[in-house]
Amino acid sequence: MSRSTKKGPFVDERLLIKIEKMRKRGKKEPIKTYSRASMIIPEFVGYTFLVHNGKRFLPVYVTEAMVGYRLGEFSPTRFFRGHGAAHKETAALK
Amino acid sequence: MARISGVELPQNKRVDIGLTYVYGIGRTSSAKILERAGVPPDKRVKNLSDEEVSKIQKIINESYKVEGDLRRAVRGNIRHLMEIGSYRGLRHRRGLPVRGQRTRTNARTRKGKKKTVGTVRKETKAAAPAK
Repeated sequence: MSRSTKKGPFVDERLLIKIEKMRKRGKKEPIKTYSRASMIIPEFVGYTFLVHNGKRFLPVYVTEAMVGYRLGEFSPTRFFRGHGAAHKETAALK
Repeated sequence: MARISGVELPQNKRVDIGLTYVYGIGRTSSAKILERAGVPPDKRVKNLSDEEVSKIQKIINESYKVEGDLRRAVRGNIRHLMEIGSYRGLRHRRGLPVRGQRTRTNARTRKGKKKTVGTVRKETKAAAPAK
C-alpha cells in the first residue's frame, strides 16, 4: 500500500537543511547521506547526492525525471559479477 | 458484428466477458462500463444493438486508455525507468523480475527458457576477458 498523501513525501530533514544552506551560499556540493528512503523532491534537482549502498557512497546526480523516486533506487546494493571462481579482477571493478 | 476499439468481436459470449478481449479492460472495468451504458451484462455480444455498441464505445473512448495507447504508455513507463537509472530500470534491462521476487529458483517468466550456466574457471576467464 502506498503512503498516505496527507503526510506528504518522506524526506530526511537534514537533507532539507543542507540543501537550504547550500542554496544560501550559492554552492553545489555533493551531499553524503544514508537516507536511501528519502523521496526525491523538486528542490533536489541539480544536486549530487552520495547515497550509501551499505558499503560505499555512490554518486547520484538528480535530474528532473527522478523526482518522486527514492534516493536508494539509484544506489544499487548488489552487484552481480558472474558465477564461478574468477572474482579477483572483477572485484576491482567496483 | 460488434467492433470495439479496433478489432474485438467474440460473438457468442456474454458482453461482460466479451469486453475483456479489449486490451486494458478486465472484468471490473467491463462491469463498470456496462452499468454506465445501461446494457445488461448477461446479453450476448451478437444480440447487441448498434446503439448499445456505440454507447459502449463512447464510454471507453471517454474514460479508458486501451489497446495501442495503453501499450504505448506502458512501454513509455518502462523506458522512463530505464533512462533514469533506477533499480527497477536496471531489472528491466537485465530481464529479471522487478518487484523483489526471488531469482534463485523460478522467475522463469522474466528469465525465459532455462539456460544452464557452467562454472567459469580462472584460466578461461583470463583467456577471454569479455566482461
